[in-house]
Amino acid sequence: MDLLTPGTGLIFWQLLVFSTLFLVLTKYAWKPITQSLKEREKFIDESLESAKKAEEELVNLQKKNEELLSVARKEREKILSDAKKVSNSMKDEAKDKAKEMADKIITEAKSVIESEKNKAMKDVKNTLAELSLDIAEKIIKKDLSKDQSQKKYVEDLIKEINKSK
Amino acid sequence: MNPFRPFFLYIIFFIFLFTSSIYASEDAAKSEEGKIDIGGMIMHHILDDYQYEITHGVVIPLPVILYVKNEGLTLFSSSNLFDENHEPLKEGYNGFYYYHGKIYPLDKSASYIDLSITKNVFSLFITAILMLVIFLLVASKYKNKMETPKGIQSLFEPLIIFIKDDIVKPNIGPKYEKYLPYMLTLFFFIFFGNVLGLLPAGANLTGNIAITMVLALITFFMTNLSGNRNYWKHIFWTPDVPHVMRIIILPIEIIGLFTKPFSLMLRLFVAITAGHIVLLSFIGMTFIFGSYTVGIMSSLFAVALNIIELLVAGIQAYVFTMFSCVYIGLAVEEGHH
Repeated sequence: MDLLTPGTGLIFWQLLVFSTLFLVLTKYAWKPITQSLKEREKFIDESLESAKKAEEELVNLQKKNEELLSVARKEREKILSDAKKVSNSMKDEAKDKAKEMADKIITEAKSVIESEKNKAMKDVKNTLAELSLDIAEKIIKKDLSKDQSQKKYVEDLIKEINKSK
Repeated sequence: MNPFRPFFLYIIFFIFLFTSSIYASEDAAKSEEGKIDIGGMIMHHILDDYQYEITHGVVIPLPVILYVKNEGLTLFSSSNLFDENHEPLKEGYNGFYYYHGKIYPLDKSASYIDLSITKNVFSLFITAILMLVIFLLVASKYKNKMETPKGIQSLFEPLIIFIKDDIVKPNIGPKYEKYLPYMLTLFFFIFFGNVLGLLPAGANLTGNIAITMVLALITFFMTNLSGNRNYWKHIFWTPDVPHVMRIIILPIEIIGLFTKPFSLMLRLFVAITAGHIVLLSFIGMTFIFGSYTVGIMSSLFAVALNIIELLVAGIQAYVFTMFSCVYIGLAVEEGHH
């Protein structure tokens, strides 16, 4: 057989075998293989896509969480500062009230003391007068009885004292 | 264990196989002067034959099928054409005789068609069966679609994806899916044919012009039958050039229609046949010089060449498929003016 002239038999067999091979492999090998390759590719693409989405969602969620957290923190601070203010004002009020009360009590006490003092002074004065009268009586009883003028003088004195009272 | 040991074993294995098959051809190719006819041996290997000579004395007779006009089909074993020393019988058999690799009718006027299962047809069958077994096996592994590829599947999946994504898709364009099964069959047919041809006692299947011609013709018809308006317009009335030029371009374009498949046919045929010839020439040198030194050296060269030929086997399959895709891509391309 020659090198450059194609043999008819070989052409016939090649056509037959190659076309059979083509048809059989197309139906039973290439189609299922390429189909499942495509499906797998799609599956991988989708998986990657969903993973990406999930990641994005996670980031979003984290951001939201942080936002919420910062809002909560601010609120807490606000509440705390408000509470402080309120407590401070309450404290001040209480202090003022206490002071007022104390002042009131003190003034009341002072006035009571004053009146008591006056009373006491009066008592003291009375007692003193009585005492001095007693003393004077005793002295005078001793001496004045002797002298009428002197008795008069003492009486004058007593009058004077009573007057000055 | 020395990592080089398998490699040397491999080389020795090859030397042994090559020399044994050369011994086989040596006797058959001895010319009358007793000298060894290496050229004859090489041609004997390159060309088709009616029997499959694996090594000297081990010959598988193949069926001869002839369609003779007015007589119908005749079928007989090719061993009937030869005597016990594998020499062709002068008187022939069943009205046919063997002469220099061809079968002729004794009656010169008889018209007939030779459909014999020759050596190449036989290896064509083997290639086809091997492909069927491998790819049906691979396809069966895709039953569970989301599983990772395993075993033989992971060997061929990258190749299939490579052909799909790097050869067919970029060259044909968006309509590639219609042509993908043909391109896959084409690539693996050429690749398997090339590699099987490199095995010891392998036939020169893809280095046969009939095989490459059929493949090129299929691509040719596929290209021109799927050619769109734009494609034919470019051939018969090339746009964007002066009218005079169009008349000059027309015959060039028409010649171009036929040179494309012609180049496909010749490229594969030449690359594979030349590879076989060079490989056999190196081995033949041993017998020309009749020296052990030359024998060892040329065997080593032959091994190196064999490895290169393995590369060529892949490259030629790639090139044939790629050019088929390019031609089809040109035919189905939409106008971009």
